[in-house]
Amino acid sequence: MADDKLSYVRGEMIAAEQPPVSNRSVAGWLRTNLLATPKDVVLTILALALLAFTLPAIINWLIVQASWVGSDRSVCATIAQGGIQPDGWKGACWAFVHDRFQQFIFGRYPIDERWRVMLVGALFVVLLVPLMIPKLPHKTINAILLFVVFPVVAFFLLHGGYFGLPRVDTPLWGGMMVTLILSFVGIAVSFPVGILLALGRRSHMPIVKMFCVLFIEVIRGVPLIMVLFMANVMLPLFLPVGWTIDNFLRAVVGVALFASAYMAEVIRGGLQAIPKGQSEGADSLGLSYWQKMRLIVLPQAIKVVIPGIVNTFIGLFKDTSLVAIIGMYDLLNIIRLNFADTTWITPMTPLTGLVTAAIIYWIFCFGMSRYSAFMERHLDTGHKR
Amino acid sequence: MTDNAVTAPPPKRETTSLIYDPKVRSIFFQVLTVVVIIVSVMWIAHNVSSNLARSNTASGYGFLNGRSGFDIGQSLIAYSSDSTYGRAILVGFLNTLLIAVTGIITATIVGFIIGIGRLSKNWLIAKLCTVYVEVFRNIPPLLVIFFWYSGVLAILPQPRDAIHGPLSTFLSNRGLTFPYPMWGEGASAIPIAFLVAIVLAIVFGFWQKKRQMATGKQLPTGWICAAIIIGLPLIAFIAAGSPLTFDYPIEGRFNLSGGGTIRPEFVALYLALSLYTAAFIAEIIRAGIKGVGKGQTEAAAALGLQPSKTTQLVVVPQAFRIIIPPLTSQYLNLTKNSSLGVAIGFPELFSTGSTTLNQTGQAIEMISIMLTIYLTISIVTSLFMNWFNAKMALVER
Repeated sequence: MADDKLSYVRGEMIAAEQPPVSNRSVAGWLRTNLLATPKDVVLTILALALLAFTLPAIINWLIVQASWVGSDRSVCATIAQGGIQPDGWKGACWAFVHDRFQQFIFGRYPIDERWRVMLVGALFVVLLVPLMIPKLPHKTINAILLFVVFPVVAFFLLHGGYFGLPRVDTPLWGGMMVTLILSFVGIAVSFPVGILLALGRRSHMPIVKMFCVLFIEVIRGVPLIMVLFMANVMLPLFLPVGWTIDNFLRAVVGVALFASAYMAEVIRGGLQAIPKGQSEGADSLGLSYWQKMRLIVLPQAIKVVIPGIVNTFIGLFKDTSLVAIIGMYDLLNIIRLNFADTTWITPMTPLTGLVTAAIIYWIFCFGMSRYSAFMERHLDTGHKR
Repeated sequence: MTDNAVTAPPPKRETTSLIYDPKVRSIFFQVLTVVVIIVSVMWIAHNVSSNLARSNTASGYGFLNGRSGFDIGQSLIAYSSDSTYGRAILVGFLNTLLIAVTGIITATIVGFIIGIGRLSKNWLIAKLCTVYVEVFRNIPPLLVIFFWYSGVLAILPQPRDAIHGPLSTFLSNRGLTFPYPMWGEGASAIPIAFLVAIVLAIVFGFWQKKRQMATGKQLPTGWICAAIIIGLPLIAFIAAGSPLTFDYPIEGRFNLSGGGTIRPEFVALYLALSLYTAAFIAEIIRAGIKGVGKGQTEAAAALGLQPSKTTQLVVVPQAFRIIIPPLTSQYLNLTKNSSLGVAIGFPELFSTGSTTLNQTGQAIEMISIMLTIYLTISIVTSLFMNWFNAKMALVER
């Protein structure tokens, strides 16, 4: 008892040693991450060579040589091409993008009426942002406002013809606005329809099941252009003589049908991942089919397939660019329209325009994929294997 | 009071309303579905027939024998504007297959390299591959096609200032011109030798497997098969007296003459679809390899297998099971995306089909033809990949 304090036992904790120099110094990092084996050395050198070859050229084109201000093609053309740049000049023509940016966003929408588009855009942001932040309350009302009330308001605002607003027909719509409208409608329609189709495909009623399988497989088996083309060519044939259907509406129908079939397959994957016990448990509680689906099965199934759902949304957003082929002026096509415009026709215009479009599409798609990763972490209840 | 119990009505099972009987409900809903479908199909059929009657369009597939009257820039079989519509569609179909096969091969190779690269321990390589995947996954394929077509290939010099490549190739805004091989007499022996070589290689493969099972001895099968497949046609080539000459492109004053040309439409579509799909394939390969448990690699190391053998015999066969189903759908996506060629005027199935439709006005017939062809491609690919998948699947007890 007397000697519970042993003189050779240290009384206090010692501070943790620093990791060995080889692990914490820059040289150590380089050795483990870039130069671990002879093969790595070769690969690193090759990669550096590739970067040294491409990066300066890209930065040079994008920023250093780029032409930033100007009002016509002369600032982006060499002297031989009738411009002011020295011969052999190669650089981005940002002056063109700056000059035409309004058109990229609104298409040929009348300038005096563009406040309507901006108002719709602002409404959309105001309704979407609270829905995307998990902490904020009143999700149901918010969702109803966004997916039921907002489309109606947006239609009347954009199309006009009522309440003293001048009418703006859909052929005048264009640019980013068309891309966003098509994606929004596609998403808003494909999600519920996809759920119904997925439930139908797993239904025990053979006729309903057969119909759903047929619809899903036919749509998934053909390219989107084919579906859009069918909507464009066949829909007018399917309607009674004398009825016409708006071109824009045809594209919307095509995109929505296409996305629904893909969404159905994603959701079916989620439904298959939910153990049968969940469904049987709901049955034993006396829930009806729709209660069972709404309260027990679908919430779990959808949570499992969030990445797949967002991938479908991203795919849909990218695929809206195909409406160019049936003659609509979405973001990509309105940019391409300018390539033949004599005001800005230079060898550098197409590349600049396409790079601009790529950056815009990239920001939207990358944003969606990051948000999906965030939601996946947020909804993870630790049941993952 | 026993007779009371006798006279009392037999205890009846409590009947519920028929509405709650699942069988009745199921039949009711199915009948409802059938009625709705039949009514809408009849309505549509009526509208279609009255619309067609109004526009005086004859129905039927007779138009396929008519003279097409349009030219096609690139064709694998003989075609001129005097050929029939049917042949034009065939040309388009072959071009779709061409772009699909070349694109799938390239996309798989590039995707495999990028996917492995993302798993590399080398920081720089992994980051570069990540950048590649994130860039291509998040932009539309149509934009990539336009990027190559109007952004890169269209600003190449005119044919008279064409860029000289190695082996007498020329790169200009008309495409890539190269020496065209001209086969002489006796050249038919080479493809025959090639087919024989493939059969021999397969037979050899089976024999070597049997031998390994019996004796445990291995032969370098891969190398021997490669030697057979390359060697036999080579011997046939020399035996037939090297019947090969080249038609070299000659630089004229304004244009290039002679040689074969790969048109920029094909190059743009091929590059765009390959590079775009490669990003998705890379992710599939990465997920597949990561999906093989760490324990498998450790167990292989414990058995004393070398790292290369571990990859070859333990990781890759198991990763394949995870990879095949999503890979199939990427292959199908690439095939379907080949229809984007219409945007830059590459004459694939959709492009020639819609030209035919515009000229003849036979909407329903043309759409049914294109629909059938695309669905057939999808189904055949799916069936083949399902068979392959079943063959590779884990045999569980």
